[in-house]
Amino acid sequence: MSDFRTRVEGERPYLLRYAALQLRDRHAAEDVVQETLLAALAGEATFAGRSNLRTWLTGILKHKIVDAIRRASREAPAADEDQMEEFFDETGHWRDMPSAWADPDASLEQKEFFAKLEECLSQLPARTAQAFMLREHLGFETDEICKELGVTPTHCWVLLYRARMALRLCLQQNWFGR
Amino acid sequence: MLSCKEVSRLVSQGLDRRLGFVERLRLRVHLAICDGCTNFKKQVEFLRKAVKQLG
Repeated sequence: MSDFRTRVEGERPYLLRYAALQLRDRHAAEDVVQETLLAALAGEATFAGRSNLRTWLTGILKHKIVDAIRRASREAPAADEDQMEEFFDETGHWRDMPSAWADPDASLEQKEFFAKLEECLSQLPARTAQAFMLREHLGFETDEICKELGVTPTHCWVLLYRARMALRLCLQQNWFGR
Repeated sequence: MLSCKEVSRLVSQGLDRRLGFVERLRLRVHLAICDGCTNFKKQVEFLRKAVKQLG
């Protein structure tokens, strides 16, 4: 095996983890990583001279992930809107009022924090997680996300809202509130 | 006066679209007196920052 091939193969576990976190489907993740590695090997010349292999591969992978989500959303219908009863009572008050997080930025220096964040993300329903990662990790605008997921803007906002509600509660219970 | 539920939804949407003038005004009035929603707003803004750094 050529040196380039070995190095590209070596990034497979990292890419798989990255893809699985966003696609939430082991098989779909393996597929996009496989496509990415093939594209990378075919495009070795494009890489020549760039310094960071992982960054380059992740860039390719991001496109493959968006393609996969687009394909999947053509097949799957959108979920129902959610009334959020688990977070608010009938009068619209917080069931469990959010408390202040002490120095959250300090957590950004800790590996354990990101492991917990990934764990929280993995508990979201797949489409909610996909919408959230498209928006907050990949930086898409809402109208683009609606298009990729095949949902209305209103539904898209509901997905993002739901994701934020669930994630902040998960971090409250498993990290900041400990 | 908006409820906390409505405010939390607007806070979230404020990260995804430009809110209208009236929406922003009603949001500000509520946030001025509600610690829970103010904390919520800080937390979702922090989430955005944290998730960008994943990977």
